[in-house]
Amino acid sequence: MADNEFIAAKAEETYKYGFSTEIETETIPRGLTEETVRRISALKNEPEFMLDFRLQAFHLLSKMQQPQWAHLKVPTVDLQSIIYYAAPKKKETIGSLDEVDPEIRKTFDRLGIPTKEQEALAGVAVDAVLDSTSVSTTFRERLAKDGIIFCPISEAIRSYPELIKKYLGKVVPASDNYFAALNSAVFSDGSFVYIPKGVRCPMELSTYFRINARETGQFERTLIVADEDSYVSYLEGCTAPMRDENQLHAAIVEIITEDRAEVKYSTVQNWYPGDKNGKGGIYNFVTKRALVRGVNSKVSWTQVETGSAITWKYPSCVLSGDNSIGEFYSVAVTNNYQQADTGTKMIHVGKNTRSTIISKGISAGHSENSYRGLVKVVPNADGARNFSQCDSLLLSDTCGAHTFPYAEVGNPTAQIEHEATTSKISEDQLFYCNQRGIATEDAVGLIVNGYAKEVLNRLPMEFAIEAQKLLQISIENSVG
Amino acid sequence: MLHIENLHASVDGKEILRGINLDIKAGETHAIMGPNGSGKSTLSAVLAGNPAYTVTSGTAVFNGKDLLSMKPEDRANEGLFLSFQYPVEIPGVSMTNFLKAAVNGKRKYRGEEPLSASDFLKLMREKKKIVEIDSNLTNRAVNEGFSGGEKKKNEIFQMAMLEPCIRILDETDSGLDIDALRIVANGVTKLKSKDNATVVITHYQRLLDYIVPDYIHILYHGRIVMTGDKKLALELEERGYDWIKEQFKD
Repeated sequence: MADNEFIAAKAEETYKYGFSTEIETETIPRGLTEETVRRISALKNEPEFMLDFRLQAFHLLSKMQQPQWAHLKVPTVDLQSIIYYAAPKKKETIGSLDEVDPEIRKTFDRLGIPTKEQEALAGVAVDAVLDSTSVSTTFRERLAKDGIIFCPISEAIRSYPELIKKYLGKVVPASDNYFAALNSAVFSDGSFVYIPKGVRCPMELSTYFRINARETGQFERTLIVADEDSYVSYLEGCTAPMRDENQLHAAIVEIITEDRAEVKYSTVQNWYPGDKNGKGGIYNFVTKRALVRGVNSKVSWTQVETGSAITWKYPSCVLSGDNSIGEFYSVAVTNNYQQADTGTKMIHVGKNTRSTIISKGISAGHSENSYRGLVKVVPNADGARNFSQCDSLLLSDTCGAHTFPYAEVGNPTAQIEHEATTSKISEDQLFYCNQRGIATEDAVGLIVNGYAKEVLNRLPMEFAIEAQKLLQISIENSVG
Repeated sequence: MLHIENLHASVDGKEILRGINLDIKAGETHAIMGPNGSGKSTLSAVLAGNPAYTVTSGTAVFNGKDLLSMKPEDRANEGLFLSFQYPVEIPGVSMTNFLKAAVNGKRKYRGEEPLSASDFLKLMREKKKIVEIDSNLTNRAVNEGFSGGEKKKNEIFQMAMLEPCIRILDETDSGLDIDALRIVANGVTKLKSKDNATVVITHYQRLLDYIVPDYIHILYHGRIVMTGDKKLALELEERGYDWIKEQFKD
């Protein structure tokens, strides 16, 4: 085909968010010891209970091993080589938004993330996290009028210790897995959201994560509590500079919904994926879980995963409330030498619980893309229903697509459905598009977006458009 | 408009076209007939730039430009349209989005601004009438689950949207019932003008009752062995191809 020039040009196209910012950064010495944990806790002015929480996690971690069960080739991450805390140096405590370092503000401006309220997208409140610390949270006063708390989790630990004690680590305990233990020991910031009873959050809440400093890991922690009859839609975005070495990102997201509450959690994950030869990139090892414990409550995960060298994440729902609903909509794209092992767990515990899983994998280049999912129905969970659909689209002859669906059904009234397809973009489809005047790269974008539409449509408007563009960029130079 | 000289082409190393000469002027309608395997569909595929075929020698000049050196999408944007014998299904991509990409791609190629959403929808509504297609067809994925008749109507609908200057219809009549054939053929005729030309590839005289050709060419073994007017089709209908095969044996 005559697309070689295009391919050559695109192969050189770099990751658009690959720049780094020169800001003075305060770091602690590299490596992980009990002293590191104490130091982070002290830097954050944390109360005693938080230090205990961290130390417990640290001791658990020292007895655990990095998991190797996923369909991934993961080098053992040397925890002693990582810098666990890096924060932009600040003169004083940041009191108002105008005091944010102009360099940091520029960074977020370049990423298209508004940190000033007057420039903000209509209806989106943003918490901007750079390396280990939250630098700006917008619309807090407006939200506070409704009793909504939206703030950096480090601040929540100081200001709302009762809420934190009650909820933190209750959905994902430190003992859950190796990376959860690591995060629990060293997490430095993230977002905390509390939606009070009967409140429908009037705007989208959004956290934007940015890794900037070299050789640091990012360990953020998000906790969302939706009280009875409340609703919130939460967005998460992330990018990192291009670096030759791999950087570790090990996050935890916990969601709790009380009776009739609903949380929509959307992620557009665009960490630096490494270069076209597989050098560099982020290791994205994340534990996301929702405890859907309220009667008639609902949690919906939507994720568009295009970045990271290695992705290991399974946003899950424990459906313990009667009639509760869990949803998982995912598009995972891998290109070049990226690897992804992602999916979900739907644990049906309450009566008449329902779950839906729609997973769309897109693999190109030499990448490996796996769906891994568990649908579990415990013996008392009468009337559970699940529908799963796992589709794979292959864009090259050298990539791999794998599906590992598990079902453990302990109750005879359960109804579980699973559908799966694997397809390729055919030469005939491309020629048909070409004949209508659509160039190959646009045709591939059109077909891939069509394939992923069911999931993209779940995203809030601004994000959906961004995600469409991102998909197109991620798969460029992948068909030849 | 399109001048083809001594065109040779092969697929998988096998020569299918063995010296095609054809001159098509604006306003003309040419029919290409011939027995199975004579190279009719290959000719249309080669002109449209299907990468499965290799041109081994010859030239094709389209509106003063070297057609054979152009990418398939550029040929389309220069105004060459192929109505496929077997239109391809593209799951998940709605006809609306597909056509928007095609129409705006062509406008971009010409240095024009993309159509606004409302102008585009208006254009679609207008053009749908030409082939009497169901209005919810454009909300469905490209050709997915379309009946044989819907697929062919959809080809002509796309042709109406893209307003090509040369229209190549590759066995557009195959798989159509009488009513669908009439609708499709009338669509082609309605869209005919003094500025465009039509190449109809068919096995049957039936289609030519609706789309009346100025010339009929008989393709056999990769060459045009006979050219006549519309009466030639009637003769073929009556006598079949055996006399031609006999006359032009290798």
